[in-house]
Amino acid sequence: MATYAAPVPQIVAHDAKPEPKGWASWITTTDHKRIGIMYMVTTFVFFILGGVEALMIRLQLGLPDNTLVSPQIYNQLFTMHGTTMIFLFVVPMMAGLANYFVPLMIGARDMAYPRLNALSYWLLLAGGLVFYASIFWNPPEAGWTSYVPLSGINYSPGGGQDAWIYLIHLTGLSSIIGAINFYATIANMRARGMSWGRLPLFIWAILTYSVLLIFALPVIAAAVTMLLTDRHFGTHFFDPANGGSALLWQHLFWFFGHPEVYIMVLPGFGIVSEILPVFARKPIFGYKAIAASTVAIAFLGFLTWAHHMFTTPIPEAILVFVMLSSFLIAVPTGVKIFNWIATLWHGTVEFKTPLFCVGFIALFIVGGISGVFLAVFPVDWQLNETYFVVAHIHFVLMGGAVFTIFAAIYYWFPKITGRMMSEGLGKLSFYLMFFGFLATFLIQHAIGLDGMPRRVYEYDNVGNLALYNLISTIGSFILGAGVLVTIVNVTRSLKHGAIAGPDPWKANTLEWFTTSPPPTNNFDVVPLVRSYEPMKDIRREIEQRTSGVPAPGSATVPAGATQVGV
Amino acid sequence: MSHLLATPLAFFTPQSGGSPNADRIDSLYKITLYAALVIFVLVEGALGYALWRFRARKGAVAAQIRGNTRLEVGWTVGAAVILLALAVLTLAKLSSIQDPVNSGPEGEHLVSDSSRLYASNTPRLPPNGKSLKITVVGRQFVWQYVYPGANEADGLGAPYSYQEMVVPTKTTVTLDIVSADVVHSWWVPQLGGKFQAVPGYHNYTWFKIEKPGIFRGQCALICGRGHARMTATVKAVPPVQFEAWLAYQKKLIAEANADAQVARAKLGKQIGAGQVENP
Repeated sequence: MATYAAPVPQIVAHDAKPEPKGWASWITTTDHKRIGIMYMVTTFVFFILGGVEALMIRLQLGLPDNTLVSPQIYNQLFTMHGTTMIFLFVVPMMAGLANYFVPLMIGARDMAYPRLNALSYWLLLAGGLVFYASIFWNPPEAGWTSYVPLSGINYSPGGGQDAWIYLIHLTGLSSIIGAINFYATIANMRARGMSWGRLPLFIWAILTYSVLLIFALPVIAAAVTMLLTDRHFGTHFFDPANGGSALLWQHLFWFFGHPEVYIMVLPGFGIVSEILPVFARKPIFGYKAIAASTVAIAFLGFLTWAHHMFTTPIPEAILVFVMLSSFLIAVPTGVKIFNWIATLWHGTVEFKTPLFCVGFIALFIVGGISGVFLAVFPVDWQLNETYFVVAHIHFVLMGGAVFTIFAAIYYWFPKITGRMMSEGLGKLSFYLMFFGFLATFLIQHAIGLDGMPRRVYEYDNVGNLALYNLISTIGSFILGAGVLVTIVNVTRSLKHGAIAGPDPWKANTLEWFTTSPPPTNNFDVVPLVRSYEPMKDIRREIEQRTSGVPAPGSATVPAGATQVGV
Repeated sequence: MSHLLATPLAFFTPQSGGSPNADRIDSLYKITLYAALVIFVLVEGALGYALWRFRARKGAVAAQIRGNTRLEVGWTVGAAVILLALAVLTLAKLSSIQDPVNSGPEGEHLVSDSSRLYASNTPRLPPNGKSLKITVVGRQFVWQYVYPGANEADGLGAPYSYQEMVVPTKTTVTLDIVSADVVHSWWVPQLGGKFQAVPGYHNYTWFKIEKPGIFRGQCALICGRGHARMTATVKAVPPVQFEAWLAYQKKLIAEANADAQVARAKLGKQIGAGQVENP
């Protein structure tokens, strides 16, 4: 029978601590935009390191029987290159872009768990530092795939292999935490009116990327932990002499490793699906088909891992099943490409630098087609582990992920910095990268078909191998010059670029609704979302208001500015 | 470059010509290649055409099309049908690649050999069940080949060689690929596909060489610092010459064994006489 007193509104005042400034503000920040910038800058530094390693590899292979680097250094170079590009560049770069743009694109003020978000960045940095510290002692040299028993204690006694294991642990933890954060943010913090059918396609891609990370990473985490205990604590998971299995590593690694490929390219697909409609001035063709194919690719991606193992002793039934599942995954991938081309069709295509993503489509078609060759397992018996595969993965990952990352840099730089990048330098960079890429990697198909395996530090001067390799090496330096031009462009535009304004491209999604760069709280008001192109609706609304014609359906409330309950 | 112009197809195709399975992989590859080239030209062409034809021009207005269900279903089904056809073709050709053929009448006269140890997937044998079985052992950083003809119960005493495998022509050779240390990958491109040598497992392939010749290959899977120099040579010689070579290897082993026996006996006497300590 207690009686309740009416609650009295109170204002509790705290001491307002001064906001940290300078370096401290970056170290203590939980703002998704600052964390996103730290992600992007850090991973781009690793991209440059991985790129330098790649150029050293190509220098060594420029001539037959070259003695520039020793086999030990060569093995360390390709191990560092592969590991860096995958674990320290593409995957976390996508996380960086997602960090910055997921809240902005869905109309949220931050990520769901801002402090966890900061943790995932610092774990990534720790992983990168642990890994690169090994170059002062014994860098790992068993390849980014680290097959056992080569990566075991008997054949790789150096600490570099352990540094590699800790890198997987730390970046893996970073990615899982980040993925949970993205999922929670997208599931719960969308603007009013943004139903699943109005989610920007980049957000669909990041949602799928997150689910893939959550499912795939625990498997590699377990595998490297088993490797660690095999190496140092006397277990025998991978030791055939004591009842273990060397093939188990390959299964665990690729069960993670194949979805990892889609973890790297699906966000790129999302970026392309955002950029193409803006520069074709035309809605994306088949929104639902693209969103559905993203999810389909992610699901099928878990059924195809054994196509990396066609030459291992596994039963024929598995070979056939995996060939079929790998073919199946080509269907949704093809659907995406057809939809993108159809998006350009009957559009008015403006050739601005974000059209790096057109370069992506052109290259990814090649990577997709060479993937079909590799899925035909008797053909794979000839092509597996050769330069044909090296060419394929670079068409898919460099053409697929890196070109979309560059498209994203050119597209979103004005939003992040408030300044435009130079179009001239951007186009120069694109052409150098595109044709440098083709020179480097197209010829590698022929190198592989001529019988050169990957990961060899030298080769004999037989047939045309010397010529082909020289072409590839020259191409790689053109490609490197293209990357350099973009770096120059970024540094120059930070100070001297034209002021961008909130919406320089007349784009479709909500990040362009706020100022460039956005304020700490992102939006003063979050607009009501009524389609998957909310900015187009808002521009149309404004146009109708300024031209005096009443907007259909909304008479009194300013449509673009419905206050969301705070 | 002249070589390139002389055989333009070689630029686009894997190596073959040493063994029927390599030739059949090559023909399957070519069918895939022709289909792929058509698709490549069509899709890249459509992309290029769209970019050129629909570039932004004064007065051009983009059509506000959001999709076309019939078209989208069409290209989804179309892509699936092409891949299904390729799958059917692969399965139809599979046994001719995987299953060894019989040796020719002029090939090596093969006697049945019972010393086989098979673990995981079963080895494939020719229809008449007869093949020359050679065990390929990958080890850092050399290939070892063990021939039939062990004279001891534990399989020891069999003739063997390193790096260069000598085989008779017109004879089906089945390989049992194993590893002594890390994972390697056996690959001689002109004699067919590559197969991993995984410690604890057996992997199998076969080849049949018609004419005498030398075929080169190398380990295809990173196995350590000597990986690039882990080469393999297959030397095909007429059966008579092969017999002579094998007999010579056996003789070498017998001589070495005899020498070892003498040395052991001598050592035993010295230990008995207290001249040296028992090792």
